[in-house]
Amino acid sequence: MSDAITSEDSLTRAAGRQLLTFAFFAIAGIALLMVGLAWASSLTGAASGGNNAVDPETGTLTVFLREEPPQLNSSLSTDQVSGSVLGHVIEGLLRYDEHNRLVTAVAERWEIREHGATFWLRQDALWSDGEPVTAHDFVFAWKTGLDPANASEYAFILYAIKNGEAINRGELPTSTIGARAIDDHTLEVDFERPLAYFDKLVAFSTYAPLREDFYLATSGAYGADADKILYNGPFVIESWVHGASLRMRKNPLYWDRERAKVEVIDFAYITSDANATLNLFKDDKIAYATLQAENLNNAMEQRWHIDRFMDGSVFYIEFNHREGRLTANHHLRKAMQLATDSAELVYKVTKLPGYLPGESLFPVWLQGVDGYLREEYPANYPAMDLEQARWHLEQAKAELGIDEFPPLVLLTGDNPISNIQAEYYQQVFRKNLGLDLKIDKQIFKQRLAKMLSGDFDLVLAGWGPDYDDPLTFGDLFASWNLNNRGQYRNPELDKWVRVAQNEQDTKARMDAFGEIQRIIIDDAVILPGYERGVTYVTHPQMKGMVRRAVGPDPDFTNAWIEG
Amino acid sequence: MWRYTLKRLIQGIITIWFIATATFFAMHNVPGDPLINDRSVTEDIRANLEAKYGLNRPTHEQYLIYMGNILRGDFGISFTQKNRMVNDIIREHFPVSAILGILAVVFAGLGGVLWGALTALYRNRLPDVIIMFLVILGISVPSFVVAAIAQLTLVNLNDLFGFSVLPVAGWGTLWHMLVPSMVLGLGTMAYLTRLMRSSMLEIVNSDFIRTAKAKGLPPTRIFTTHQLRNAILPVITVLGPSIAAITTGGFVVELVFAIPGLGRYFVQAVQQLDYTVIMGTTVFYGAFLVFMVIVVDLLYGWIDPRVRLE
Repeated sequence: MSDAITSEDSLTRAAGRQLLTFAFFAIAGIALLMVGLAWASSLTGAASGGNNAVDPETGTLTVFLREEPPQLNSSLSTDQVSGSVLGHVIEGLLRYDEHNRLVTAVAERWEIREHGATFWLRQDALWSDGEPVTAHDFVFAWKTGLDPANASEYAFILYAIKNGEAINRGELPTSTIGARAIDDHTLEVDFERPLAYFDKLVAFSTYAPLREDFYLATSGAYGADADKILYNGPFVIESWVHGASLRMRKNPLYWDRERAKVEVIDFAYITSDANATLNLFKDDKIAYATLQAENLNNAMEQRWHIDRFMDGSVFYIEFNHREGRLTANHHLRKAMQLATDSAELVYKVTKLPGYLPGESLFPVWLQGVDGYLREEYPANYPAMDLEQARWHLEQAKAELGIDEFPPLVLLTGDNPISNIQAEYYQQVFRKNLGLDLKIDKQIFKQRLAKMLSGDFDLVLAGWGPDYDDPLTFGDLFASWNLNNRGQYRNPELDKWVRVAQNEQDTKARMDAFGEIQRIIIDDAVILPGYERGVTYVTHPQMKGMVRRAVGPDPDFTNAWIEG
Repeated sequence: MWRYTLKRLIQGIITIWFIATATFFAMHNVPGDPLINDRSVTEDIRANLEAKYGLNRPTHEQYLIYMGNILRGDFGISFTQKNRMVNDIIREHFPVSAILGILAVVFAGLGGVLWGALTALYRNRLPDVIIMFLVILGISVPSFVVAAIAQLTLVNLNDLFGFSVLPVAGWGTLWHMLVPSMVLGLGTMAYLTRLMRSSMLEIVNSDFIRTAKAKGLPPTRIFTTHQLRNAILPVITVLGPSIAAITTGGFVVELVFAIPGLGRYFVQAVQQLDYTVIMGTTVFYGAFLVFMVIVVDLLYGWIDPRVRLE
């Protein structure tokens, strides 16, 4: 072979030069192709991004959406992203201000009685086409939400209105709704039963107004595109490119023009990838981003402005209380309760910034009589006690008449945090009680289907608030509640839920929540895991962004740009 | 030639029908359905929803209705994006995925051929060792890692220069396409490089190259006309499926770079059990894949006349 090397080398060199020429042509070709494709993509109109995070000159704030809103029809929307967008562009009777207090919005004053309420609407509240917002628009919206033909998933929140439930079941026509427009600016509501927290309900988006003529003109596609929505909030949606971006501009017809400080809020990116949003934040392209545990140290080194808030949700293990299930046994649940420590889960295992160890069904931020509910009614959650736990386990074995427990099925979602949690519990119960858990990992809908049909022993579940009252958590384990997926049944708990629903006196209601909390812990209905916190970074020039557990989050209505 | 094309087309249609049927029944047999949500609804609301979407009929009846609609080119309305037609979702978002995909395939194809040829020329020498090391990396590192690293590099690059050299994420201009399409094409490029290298090496030792050398052809001619042209054939074969794989597999890249492509609808639909979107995207992508394979087979006959189309 050695004699052939010279000729091989000359061939190689010549071929190498040839390749270089080809490479040159290839790069030129690719460049040309890119110009062509860029032109083609401009035809599709799906452009997003480009501006800096804040632009004081034009008053533009650039941020992101975690997901594309499925649609923006306030009477049908269910998800949090839609709620956040709607909170900027639609206004109900009342709203939450930057300190999370209920304040007047379309209603300028209101009165709540035992059996009904009256709202007096302001004269200068206008729709984005210049027409006034009237009491009729609210009545129409509520009828729409309750109409069985529309199948709104949040219709239940309108059941507070007289005949609401019967209308939604199709037993009564929508015209029998217990809400009337006395005149254009006076709205009267009758309650189904005495209710102390109706003011908190009307701040929810299902209660937002819809104008009949416009709604019907969209022939079923209301809320599908920016021009198929009528706005009455501080902002209007200027453009909505599905999957790519959503851009809001200050509403010139809004009655409280001083409230919106920035001219444009540009949701220029739609992605749920936490690293991508953090990278965009680093690149000064968006004004806030959520931090993951692994980015926290870096964020502190960079001296970024870090904030945190509780997003309102609690997460826990829910037992299957159906008859015949091992987990229906009180002693087995007690044993598992006493063998776990949520502080270990939160601080040593998941280690996510801002999370709190779970102790109760009621999260810490809920208001009680004068202060926080959890300060007035401490959870007194039992500390880990392995001796007691094993005693309960023996009792359970005796009661069930078995020597050894078969593996219990732990149903979980397929996200990273569920995986970590499931493995942690698997290990804890094996070590502390000699109990085996079989992890059944399912994607979103499958997990829900199995929860509904009761195909589990334990499930990693959670709950987020719909309105700002402890009842949004408190009635979860009532025997009639459809979201009571473990089918826990306890007449005593039901009794206290009825008190909380119907009682007018705040102290008596909060006492009821105290009792509900006690029962849930004493009977080990659930094993609290954690309360979710969110840690995030904001642009130094952006001020006044509001995060909240109940209501539109995040809220940029009051945000402004400094400098 | 025409007979062959027709035969392939009919086979393709049967394949697509099979894909649609299998997906339909598989989808209806997993636990859960698109109507289940975080908040449980009453029996009445559930019944209303089922009636609205026709889910209250027996599965085989739904199948016949659905197939009838597909034949008319109507994929129905999405369950999660409640007011959007699946046809609109495909029409609005597939072009984005296609643009990204085309560019990625061109990167992968040209890059694979060039690097493959280069490594074959310099086999067992430094360029070969370096490139083959990178190729192994390219094949084994998953795209979400590559995408994240690429994006972080962009952030640091912009930070270094003090202005926006290349956008970190987003879509719309020429500059938005460059890095995402390279990331998307990287795995395929690595694979094609390896394929091209081995195919080149096989040909170098073949008789017709020896003949070409013996009759005194200039080296560039031997390389271009005899080696490259013959070695490229296997690359063309896998290019068709690669185009489909790249165009449909952009989910991660689309998510990381916030690109409004079809890939994320494809994946999210499965997680949400959004029946109509699952069917629409699967049938559409299936048809696309079948079409690409046929095109490549036809191209094959054109590049290598020895291949008979029959």
